[in-house]
Amino acid sequence: MTGVLEAIRDALPSAGVEVLKNSSPCAQDSLVVSAKDARAVAEFLRDSLGYDYCSNVSGVDWPARKVKEEVVHKESVEGVESEVKETVEREIPGCLEAVYHLYSIAKRSGLLTLRVRTGDRKNSVTIPSLTPVWKSADFQEREAFDLFGIHFEGHPDLRRLLMWEEFADFPMRKDYVPPDDFEYEPTPHDAILAKVKARTEAA
Amino acid sequence: MSTSANTATISPGGMGVPPVCGAGSASPANLQTGGTPVLPERNQTIDVSLGPQHPSTHGVFRMNVTLDGETVTKLQPVFGYLHRNHEKIAEGNSWLAAMPYTDRLDYICPLTNNWAYALAVEKLAGIEVAERAEYIRVITAELTRLQNHTVFLGFILGDMGAWGSALMYAFREREKILDLFESLTGARMMCNYMRFGGCRCDLPAGWIQSARKLVDGFPAFLDEMEALLTGNEILLARLQGIAPLTAERAINGGLSGPCLRASGVDYDIRKVENYGVYNRFKFRVPRGSTGDCYDRFMIRVLEARESVEILKQAIAGIPEGPIVNPKAKQRGFRPPAGEAYGRIEGPKGELGFYLISNGSDRPYRFRIRPPSLINLTLLEELSIGTKIADVMVILGSIDIVLGEVDR
Repeated sequence: MTGVLEAIRDALPSAGVEVLKNSSPCAQDSLVVSAKDARAVAEFLRDSLGYDYCSNVSGVDWPARKVKEEVVHKESVEGVESEVKETVEREIPGCLEAVYHLYSIAKRSGLLTLRVRTGDRKNSVTIPSLTPVWKSADFQEREAFDLFGIHFEGHPDLRRLLMWEEFADFPMRKDYVPPDDFEYEPTPHDAILAKVKARTEAA
Repeated sequence: MSTSANTATISPGGMGVPPVCGAGSASPANLQTGGTPVLPERNQTIDVSLGPQHPSTHGVFRMNVTLDGETVTKLQPVFGYLHRNHEKIAEGNSWLAAMPYTDRLDYICPLTNNWAYALAVEKLAGIEVAERAEYIRVITAELTRLQNHTVFLGFILGDMGAWGSALMYAFREREKILDLFESLTGARMMCNYMRFGGCRCDLPAGWIQSARKLVDGFPAFLDEMEALLTGNEILLARLQGIAPLTAERAINGGLSGPCLRASGVDYDIRKVENYGVYNRFKFRVPRGSTGDCYDRFMIRVLEARESVEILKQAIAGIPEGPIVNPKAKQRGFRPPAGEAYGRIEGPKGELGFYLISNGSDRPYRFRIRPPSLINLTLLEELSIGTKIADVMVILGSIDIVLGEVDR
């Protein structure tokens, strides 16, 4: 991972790339790439480092969450220094994330995990599409758009993939509340009923 | 019949008058001035909605096809008819409760789905797998591959118009494998067999013997199938040279499994990652050359033969011992916070699970990498320029299951 990071920093010094540690035993660390550099980094990974195979693209939803952290600081009361533990609540802003799992078929190496994050979950949900780099991201980015609402700029055909076109919400988001009845729509019968009610009440 | 009838091929009145094609060339002004005749407009296309209820779409799958005559000029797959948001369901359930749902992905191959999920969880939590269970996993996975490829042979013949007979012979063989699954797991298709760190139950008495008998008899079936099919003139005419695919396009398009290797790419996750105990077995990875439908067809036959080889070695070498790691917790399982991507070489391609844990008893993110869906990425590219009847064969040669495509 560090080798890849250094290679990217050498080739693209201005690119915003950092390593995100993975605490699980498999230790698959990932690279967090800023949205503006994602396309350039992806092209560099494919053309210069041989990551020719984009295996998996998945959306992840991270709602804003509060983390409690213990902060230790020194305090001196009447000349006596003592360490005081304090619990500080820190809010991590929410974002949506597209995670790309890359392999190199030419070098038979991998896995490289690439993460691209949106600004927030509501207004700035646009990140560049990597479909022009790896065609395999085509349907998967459409799926992330469909289920998470991540907008992939530069995708050749960004439409909903699994849900129907008229569906308005993003079902894989953590705050999604499914409707009681998916197929409910006011029928003419109900409209007529309402009219009749209004008329009888007026009379 | 007059002599002029020979030169003027077909005319409705039988009068020997050359037929006039299209409105353009009928323009009298054009004929009188002696200029080049205006050819009829040939951009009259027709939109056909193929599916979702169509025997050749292997389930509820729709393609919006634009045809020029019989030639495909545009193809848009439409998904979602079988969508039930498997990932959302799994994120609302415990880690173990997601296991039976994986059976419903590619319902032809439940055991490899189980394995892929178990493997991803084992990576996530660092669980070691009992050795006997590793062998059982290899045996069941290779049996699954055998039956998948057998069924594939039947289905693709159906797509070519040989409806019934080939499928019947394929299902006869598959039945024997399903019987083995039933006696092992209690279910023919919805097996729910793998557990974190091993398998759910041990092999019943006599199972290994019946499996050995089946494996020993399998090459004879493949020989019979090949004698009937692979040299068949109609089959060759329908498959050879149809929708070839270069290795670069296949890699860039994310194709995996037999479809990728048919294009000549030497990439088998069993070899590359050596998951399970695959490094203990000797087997070859068959490859195609042009990546046409015939290569995609033949690669399955060859892979089935290699699976038989793996099965023979695994059945001979299966050790005694526990079938599940006693330290692995199943119920109330809480893997440490973190994430893992685990993948196996499923019969249809790379089946991966991307899991994020936040330390709780249910997955924070549960993502399936469906080979059936991603192998369809290049369907349009492969189909453009072919005839409408070939689209069915191309779709058949990719080998999809809609339970996995739509999830």
